[in-house]
Amino acid sequence: MEFFERFAIPHPSPAIYASMVAIVLVSIGIVAGLTYFKKWGYLWREWLTTVDHKKIGIMYLVSALLMLFRGGADAIMMRAQLSAPDMKLLDAQHYNEIFTTHGVVMIIFMAMPFIFAFMNLIVPLQIGARDVAFPRLNALSFWLFFAGAMLFNISFVIGGSPDAGWTSYFPLAGNDFSESVGTNYYMLAIQISGIGSLMTGINMCTTILKMRAPGMTLMKMPMFTWSAFIANVIIVFAFPVLTVALIMGTTDRLFATNFFTTSNGGMDMLWANFFWIWGHPEVYILILPAFGLYSEIISTFSRRNLYGYSSMVWSMVLISLLSFLVWTHHFFTMGQGALTNSIFSITTMAIAVPTGVKIFNWLFTMWKGKIRFTVPMLYSIGFIPLFTIGGVTGVMLAMSAADYQYHNTMFLVAHFHNTIIPGVVFAMLAGLTFYWPKFFGFMLNEKIGKVTFWLLTVGFVLAFFPMYITGLDGQARRMYTYSEATGFGALNMLSFVGAALMAIGFVTIVYNVYYSFKNSSRDIGSDPWDARSLEWATHTPVPEYNFARTPQISSSETFWDSKKNGHVLFKGEIEEIHMPNNSGVPFVMGIIFFIAGFSFIFALWVPAVIGLIGIFICMAMRSFEKDHGRHISVKEIKETEEKLGGAK
Amino acid sequence: MHIDNSQPLEYSTQQNQLNILGFWIFLGAEIMLFATLFTAYFTLEGRTGSGPAPAEIFEITPVLIETLVLLTSSFTIGLGIHAMRLGRKNAMLTFFAITLLLGLCFLGVEIYEFMHYYHVGATYQTSAFTAALLTTLGTHGGHVTLGLFWGTFIILQVKKRGLTPETANKSFIFSLYWHFLDVVWIFIFSFIYLKGMM
Ligand code: HEM
Ligand SMILES: [Cu+2]
Repeated sequence: MEFFERFAIPHPSPAIYASMVAIVLVSIGIVAGLTYFKKWGYLWREWLTTVDHKKIGIMYLVSALLMLFRGGADAIMMRAQLSAPDMKLLDAQHYNEIFTTHGVVMIIFMAMPFIFAFMNLIVPLQIGARDVAFPRLNALSFWLFFAGAMLFNISFVIGGSPDAGWTSYFPLAGNDFSESVGTNYYMLAIQISGIGSLMTGINMCTTILKMRAPGMTLMKMPMFTWSAFIANVIIVFAFPVLTVALIMGTTDRLFATNFFTTSNGGMDMLWANFFWIWGHPEVYILILPAFGLYSEIISTFSRRNLYGYSSMVWSMVLISLLSFLVWTHHFFTMGQGALTNSIFSITTMAIAVPTGVKIFNWLFTMWKGKIRFTVPMLYSIGFIPLFTIGGVTGVMLAMSAADYQYHNTMFLVAHFHNTIIPGVVFAMLAGLTFYWPKFFGFMLNEKIGKVTFWLLTVGFVLAFFPMYITGLDGQARRMYTYSEATGFGALNMLSFVGAALMAIGFVTIVYNVYYSFKNSSRDIGSDPWDARSLEWATHTPVPEYNFARTPQISSSETFWDSKKNGHVLFKGEIEEIHMPNNSGVPFVMGIIFFIAGFSFIFALWVPAVIGLIGIFICMAMRSFEKDHGRHISVKEIKETEEKLGGAK
Repeated sequence: MHIDNSQPLEYSTQQNQLNILGFWIFLGAEIMLFATLFTAYFTLEGRTGSGPAPAEIFEITPVLIETLVLLTSSFTIGLGIHAMRLGRKNAMLTFFAITLLLGLCFLGVEIYEFMHYYHVGATYQTSAFTAALLTTLGTHGGHVTLGLFWGTFIILQVKKRGLTPETANKSFIFSLYWHFLDVVWIFIFSFIYLKGMM
């Protein structure tokens, strides 16, 4: 019995049982559907074994959107619980679990794959490469992310969710205060997907440094590629810190070590430091690619080249350096002394300077431009004032003395959502709309897109601005209820209405995809927005080899120059192209990691060891394997090009 | 595959150059990993709880043997790569084999060392200090273990397939890895053992 008790949920509720049933039914449905339509072979050949960066990008995209809905469901439950005083929808334990999974899912399993989706989809095309440097490693990165995400998501039906917050501070996250396996899920799921992220970082850095088309010097790289590059450099330096912290957290929980305990010399603040040495750079890993997307979109729809290209680059470099020097602002109030607080206060505020430079560059780009108010552009325009407010409240939080007033209140929750939703989520939706035609061959409907934009913007303001006020009034973060006498009720109700509008907004995205799939024209050419950089210079849909001939680069907006100033992009004859073969190993490794991770979570040592051996065998097999890929013949390329509208 | 003969074999194809750069970046990440472990160790060094302090458990002899053996192995793998550049396959294989034997020797002494810690009551669970110590050493030792397998696979491949751009590339990358482990050990030796025994 003891054995099965571990898998039982410590705090079951009807909602969880309903979810269990739903998960089982959906899984059966998927399996049955695949079998009925005989799609297993297609799925295996085209997706599960693919090493094509575009397909991997699409898989990241789909996963990120799914996780957005999971995280969103958590959000709406929290807002509903807080919508009125003394609400009984959730109890304290459930609220703890939900804000924890919401935070983790949103940051690690929604925002990260979203940026990886865009990096995968766009970077190789923007630099004129055939693929990333290590295509198979890229597939493995995806499957590790996916294994981690699935592992995290089953926590609430098997064994119980983590409940110590997405920051998982010790001793709260230790065995004494978090008894269920929930925090084990946290440690292992994030570890597995984190390894994937690190490998993406290495892969992308190598790709960008070594695989640019002839003529593309670093200072001629398109802005999104620059932002992706900086973000990946941050990944390479930040993620190993998280890896170590998670290992220590795991051993504390599973093997009774004393890294973060409060006895035998353990030090809980060590976790806080490690967590935020990774955690603060992490927010720049998310926001810089978002800035990159905004730069592409703003210059395209202002029909002007980006104002201050080199200051854009240098500000990102500066931000990446500063991002490693501010982590302590997350615990100003945890007793580290005035000098330390002052130093971190100042470094934090310093980040506002390069960020301000970027904001002004976007404004100047629009200044004399001929703006087209398309959906991606609306998000970009909405982003600027909203994000600025988020930045200003961030500077307020950075004043360490004042932070004693609003630390861990709703003010903080309002601040970071105020940067991360207009900053990251809007950018991703803008990018989604912008790049959709390139990868799916039809445009998303502009009218529905605008409705989505307004629902999200209005919803966002209603949902989060009231929290600034309740926060300053003392409504604490992570509190599951409050009494009538506090007077927080009305503003929280307003927040709930806002969150509901946002939920509707997210649903309209799905509707938009469905509607546009049915009704949009498929005859859109390869450059429907009249855009500027290289990814628009190839066909739609993009052939697997990206470019039949290697492009010749003359400026950061080479495609625009080729359209307007007579620059010749493609010279010479078509030659044979070398491409990597598909492989099932990354997918299998994803499964093995999932099984090993699950076994560690429940301290099932036999399958855990078998899993580790399996991983080792996969690596050994890879070492001995002789796979030199294959060649696409000139004839084949010519035929493909013919079919897609003639070689340009 | 296009082979550029003006370059050493391990750099001679585009994929080879990518692999080497990618591996350097990976080593950058590894530096961060060990830097974090060292940070944890220095933070927790004095936090021995009810367990022993560093000076009470460290023994100089095994550590000196470990150091000597590992430093020598870094030298022999350097000779191996030199032989590879000269195209002397058998010499290279010999030096690689010696390197791995030295690595095995290192590992043996390290296992002895760990048993010693166990016997004097400095286990993984004793205190924050012991946990940090054993994690740092264990991570390095784990890397060495992995390296032993990896190196063996490479020897087998060079033996079977000869010195091709591919096997040369793998061997070179493996040598970078091995040197890196040596550098990490020098830090462990100086800042964990010597500092701890002073
Ligand atoms: C879409 C609408 C969203 C709503 C309505 C929402 C709402 C909330 C609420 C009510 C909380 C918890 C407040 C409390 O501590 O009691 C919260 C926490 C949090 N949210 Fe969101 N959120 C949304 C989107 C996002 C997004 C897009 C992200 C990140 C990409 C995000 C990241 C987080 C994080 C990291 C926490 C902290 C969790 C913790 O305290 O451990 N949220 N959110
Ligand atoms: Cu921060």
